[in-house]
Amino acid sequence: MAERKVVDARGSFCPGPLMELIGWMKLAQVGDEIELLSSDKGSAADVPEWVKKVGHEFLGTREEGGVWHIVVKKAK
Amino acid sequence: MKILIVGGGMGGTILANNLARRLAPELRSGKARITMLTASERHMYQPGLLYLALGRVTPDELYRDQASLLEPGIALHVDPVEQFMLDDNKVRTKGGKTHDYDVMVVATGSRPVRESIPGLAEHSHTFYTEETALAMFKALREFQGGRVVVAVGVPHKCPMAPLEITFMMHDYFKDRGLGDKVQLHYTYPVGRVHSLENVAKWAAPEFDRLGITYETFFNLKEVDGAAKVVRSEEGGETPFDLLVSIPAHRGMEVIEKNNLGAGGWLPTHRTQLNLEGRSNVFVLGDATNIPISKAGSTAHFEAEVLGENIAALVKLGAPVREYDGKVFCFIEAGKDRATYAMFDYLNPPDPQPPTKAVHWFKMAYNKLYWISARGLL
Repeated sequence: MAERKVVDARGSFCPGPLMELIGWMKLAQVGDEIELLSSDKGSAADVPEWVKKVGHEFLGTREEGGVWHIVVKKAK
Repeated sequence: MKILIVGGGMGGTILANNLARRLAPELRSGKARITMLTASERHMYQPGLLYLALGRVTPDELYRDQASLLEPGIALHVDPVEQFMLDDNKVRTKGGKTHDYDVMVVATGSRPVRESIPGLAEHSHTFYTEETALAMFKALREFQGGRVVVAVGVPHKCPMAPLEITFMMHDYFKDRGLGDKVQLHYTYPVGRVHSLENVAKWAAPEFDRLGITYETFFNLKEVDGAAKVVRSEEGGETPFDLLVSIPAHRGMEVIEKNNLGAGGWLPTHRTQLNLEGRSNVFVLGDATNIPISKAGSTAHFEAEVLGENIAALVKLGAPVREYDGKVFCFIEAGKDRATYAMFDYLNPPDPQPPTKAVHWFKMAYNKLYWISARGLL
């Protein structure tokens, strides 16, 4: 059964939220969802850009109190 | 109190020595005991491998006997842990011994996994072990010209390494009179040349100035050794004559075999550094899943916090400090210039233009490390 994992990358300047997401996506199974928490508003743009380039599925972004919750699904 | 440290790398060693000094009276009286379990009787200064690949240090300079680095009173066993029995506060070792503890710190580190990308181990050079760094040194010596591609796996240890090896190879080939015959091409997994925005803003113009080409959003998918091309998950493809890889890393197998963390990364509280769900088990260095750099300085700063906190547990009954995410990374910008990035959970770095002074400080630190490992610096 597909799972949703939360990756808390708040305060991560290096390797940064997107690099964290890429690493955890490699460990996920096809169909799994990852909810990335980022305190960098740049993640709201660069995560969807990467997801589109690779061919995973972007499920949405919402901002709560300065934290961006970005949900993606491993598609391949 | 029985304190067990699992792992004798940079973090485990600094912590053990830090604790031994803080708890000297308790060690003498028998109120506290420090035991270290490690896999090797030799301790390697891992950041030195970068220099080994370029022939600037020799292997013997990178090692000391582990026992020689430890304060008296620390019981060292070269006998790695195979089984963690957290509910019983015990571990079992490869040699079949059982050690119990009141407080345990896991500092087992990480390992490069070039084999996770098809063709990468067979067709690339890297410098994350003595063996591979020596092979890379020989390959660079024999290289007479062509296209050198730097490819980066995720997650990787030492986030400055991709930039450093690129800048250092540029100067290395230039000094050999091959500057016009070697084309350096840098690839990187995210949408700029470094994950740190301010470092990327400095490095990209440097690449332009030096004639180093680059492409971003390039995550390793496979290496075709016959066609001599490396392909990315994003659909990119770039040819190479010599491929240098910064391989992806995983935590140690023992962590995965004990089901303690996906990918071998232990779920760790980002400020208290305890293993999630355990108040008497702590984690430091590469072994954590904390979203910060897997770097020696991270392990060092975490070890200082844990040293103070575990000593406080013995003396006061409670921890006294939190880890703030502090990281300090030198950035070699060639053969004789360097800068650095210092940051924490709240404050991004602001790297300054490289200078010779910072480079020579890094050279000095490569020697001072042995004092640092002893917990004195």
